[in-house]
Amino acid sequence: MTDLATENWKDSLMVEPPLGVESNQPLSESRAKRPIEIARTRLLVAGTIFALCFAVLGVRIVDLAVNDEAEIARSTTGREAGTLGLARADVVDRNGMLLATNLPTVSLYVDQTKVIDPEDAADKLHAVLPEYSRDTLIKRIAGDARYVWIKRSLTPEQEYQINRLGLPGFSFEREERRVYPQGPLFAHVLGYTGIDNRGLSGVERGLDRSLAASDRKTPVMLSLDLRVQHILAEELSRAIVDFKGVGGAGVVLDVDSGEIIAMVSLPSFDPNGKKQQDDPNQFNRVTKGVYELGSTFKAFTLAMALDYGVVDLDDGYDASMPIRIARFTINDDHPENRWLSVPEIFMHSSNIGAAKMALDVGATRQRAFLKKIGLLDSIKLEMPEVGQPQSPTAKEWRDISTMTIAFGHGVAVTPLHLASGIATLVNGGFLREPTLLKRPAGVPAPGTRVLKAETSEIMRRLLRLVVTDGTGKKASAPGYLVGGKTGTAEKSSATGYRKKSLISTFVGAFPMNRPRYVVLAMIDEPKGNEATHGFATAGWTAAPLVSRVVTRTAPLLGVGPLDEDAAPVRHEMMVNELSSGAKLASF
Amino acid sequence: MMLATRAGDRSLLGRWWWSIDRWTLIAVMLLAAVGAILTMAAGPSAAQRIGLAPMHFVQHQFLFLVPALAVLFGVSLLSPKNVRRLGVLGFAIGFVLLVSTVLLGSDVKGATRWITLAGITIQPSEFVKPCLAVTAAWMLSLAREKPEVPGRLIAALLYVGVCGLLVLQPDFGMTMVAAVIGFVQFFLAGLPLILVLLAIALLLGVAFGAYTLLPHVAERIDRYLDPSTGDTYQVDVSLRALQSGGLLGRGPGEGSVKNLLPDSHTDFVFAVAGEELGLLVCLGIVALFGFVVLRGFSRAFKDSSLFVVLAVSGLLTQFGLQALVNMGVTLQLLPAKGMTLPFISYGGSSLIATALAIGMVLALTRERPQDWRPMP
Repeated sequence: MTDLATENWKDSLMVEPPLGVESNQPLSESRAKRPIEIARTRLLVAGTIFALCFAVLGVRIVDLAVNDEAEIARSTTGREAGTLGLARADVVDRNGMLLATNLPTVSLYVDQTKVIDPEDAADKLHAVLPEYSRDTLIKRIAGDARYVWIKRSLTPEQEYQINRLGLPGFSFEREERRVYPQGPLFAHVLGYTGIDNRGLSGVERGLDRSLAASDRKTPVMLSLDLRVQHILAEELSRAIVDFKGVGGAGVVLDVDSGEIIAMVSLPSFDPNGKKQQDDPNQFNRVTKGVYELGSTFKAFTLAMALDYGVVDLDDGYDASMPIRIARFTINDDHPENRWLSVPEIFMHSSNIGAAKMALDVGATRQRAFLKKIGLLDSIKLEMPEVGQPQSPTAKEWRDISTMTIAFGHGVAVTPLHLASGIATLVNGGFLREPTLLKRPAGVPAPGTRVLKAETSEIMRRLLRLVVTDGTGKKASAPGYLVGGKTGTAEKSSATGYRKKSLISTFVGAFPMNRPRYVVLAMIDEPKGNEATHGFATAGWTAAPLVSRVVTRTAPLLGVGPLDEDAAPVRHEMMVNELSSGAKLASF
Repeated sequence: MMLATRAGDRSLLGRWWWSIDRWTLIAVMLLAAVGAILTMAAGPSAAQRIGLAPMHFVQHQFLFLVPALAVLFGVSLLSPKNVRRLGVLGFAIGFVLLVSTVLLGSDVKGATRWITLAGITIQPSEFVKPCLAVTAAWMLSLAREKPEVPGRLIAALLYVGVCGLLVLQPDFGMTMVAAVIGFVQFFLAGLPLILVLLAIALLLGVAFGAYTLLPHVAERIDRYLDPSTGDTYQVDVSLRALQSGGLLGRGPGEGSVKNLLPDSHTDFVFAVAGEELGLLVCLGIVALFGFVVLRGFSRAFKDSSLFVVLAVSGLLTQFGLQALVNMGVTLQLLPAKGMTLPFISYGGSSLIATALAIGMVLALTRERPQDWRPMP
């Protein structure tokens, strides 16, 4: 470089300032001036470059000041993005009450290359963290990895103690931990997150993307109502204790929007505590568990027969004799042993009547109807725990299936399916996907008409009839015009149905003149007690539960009481076509 | 009136005051003040981390501030001719020290850059740079005055020699700085454009060679290009600190980055500035550095002496380049490279050497009758 420079030096100098300018000047003067002129010109170039560089620094600083959030996200690596990305949105109920949030916490990690004496460090740490054995600690401390977690979420006391040890190589990382202020109350709905704050179950998993992506200023608002959830959980757990059940499920569903207002599965678990994936208490009986829900299905059988025009309210069937088909016998649990009108079949929950009615509709149409109202497919919900209904295939769906399915055996669905189906029966005939997210008020929820409006109208009266005069009298909540249907099913097992293991369900809606909410209560394996004269059937166990839930929650849900005996209300709920004079008298 | 006073004031200090570039002086004093504040902020935690008394770095920095200001003032009194003499003398001493550093210097963080002289540890490369710039400027201007002197060859050999020694340390950052200063000086001295392009290609080639041959350089650049390939902890933390300070900062002493970064008092002092004093002060610091460089350039522009133009631009290029690289790394615009921020980073050698360089700039840019030429 140097040699070349000296050689070409003189010639190249002649090129620099424009030739036209210098030719006017005396040669000697231009020679003397030229080097300094060149230096000045080039100094301008160097100065400009410097100015540009400093300007870039300035712009960068302003840029950092203006959009800091985006910059952090872009510039960090995977691991750091994980720790920084912990900013997870809060979850609140429909009234803004806090259901899930984050708390800052401190975690301990080790840079193994900086540890001087792993055994000594393990001894000292073991004294502070006795839950880890010395060998476990040595395994984590010895080696040459730069970043190994020792323990996540230390208590302040542990942090202080470890800090005092002054061990080289150990550092703390500020993190955030997900906490659920309501504890077990929303455990199945919310689910929980893993150690890296990614959702593992429930809404945390189902909405993981939006919870992790959204900036924490906008919490995710669920459709649930903390107050209603609390009442439902309280009544359900009381019933489980009273009847020594093994579990229970409860739902409150808005019939017009599909919003789930409350959803309880018992027993529950503490989402803030230690969680094990195989803990049976984490099983969600409302959305995941599928059950043969028994006589509650007669509501669908009635609606189906009425909607297809197979029966009218003044039709009826002979229920005096059990049906014998193949090796089965179909009996009535509350036998009247006579001809029953269509409303009476529903009111007295006659298996014989329902079976005959379904047979008249036919297997193909029955299957199509159940599919149409969503009972044969799993529900799309904002959580991964959704159960797939069990039903016979079209080929297996024979006459015997048609008859048993008419009273709720042979098809297993989740309690949420049942609640959603009843909502369709009473809301004017619209199928709406249940949701856990709050819908904007005043905007009609999307829905498909699957039932004639008149059918829905008749079903309201029939469901009310069950509570006024049928098997569901104990569900009555004076002033709120409750209607509904009981269902007591024997749990199936590998060896057949087990007589003493029941699933007692009551599914109701209120107020029946203009239904707003469906309330479902299911008790798993209830046992009768003195107060129920030993009965464990739905009318004695689940129905009174629903009555109490309605009485307590209706004021919170904005449903005012009305005079059930007022003439216009009675007229709206009137069912004329009853064969027994005694029954007619009550109308 | 003003002019009369200037003309009338014949004392040494009077002449100094009226001929010195007071604006640059003020800017430099402001930078030194910011540096002092930040050393007080970052120093104690850095000292505690390596087991020294909390005020160790603070005391040292203030201890060095006095001789630094004395050097700055003293050197700025010199005439251009004496600056040249100082430069040549300083270069001669510095070069010898540099050679002995390579042979018997002490090893700090994997490189031998320090030498202990009479109980004081100094970093000769810091002093060699400004003296080299002055010496090379003299040689390059001498080549103009007296064509029989092989000034350019000598200047080129000086640069090659220093760069070679710096590579041996190894101190790749300093090598690049020295190479760029040399390039700027040759460029201003009228290096033909074809050679300018060649030199740029050469610099890029050297950089690429370092990338392929020196693993620690390659690692840093990979990390910059793709942060996921390695540990970008320092740069990430510094960037986060800058942003957490916001516009006005958390207040002096209130930051936390100084507890997290080992080099917070030297290489990442700008992050401490951002966190504690805010981004507005950071903008101010950038502006001060830019001002000192460009102001010096504009003063040199008016000067009729080639030596002055070359010397000033060489000195200011070093000053400005170190500032640009240091802040550029902290702002994640450049790959991580340890380089001190002139006047602001902690470090005695760096502080006094910078004072020496700026003192020379002030001396060379003083107002004087414009017929002065360096005596051959």
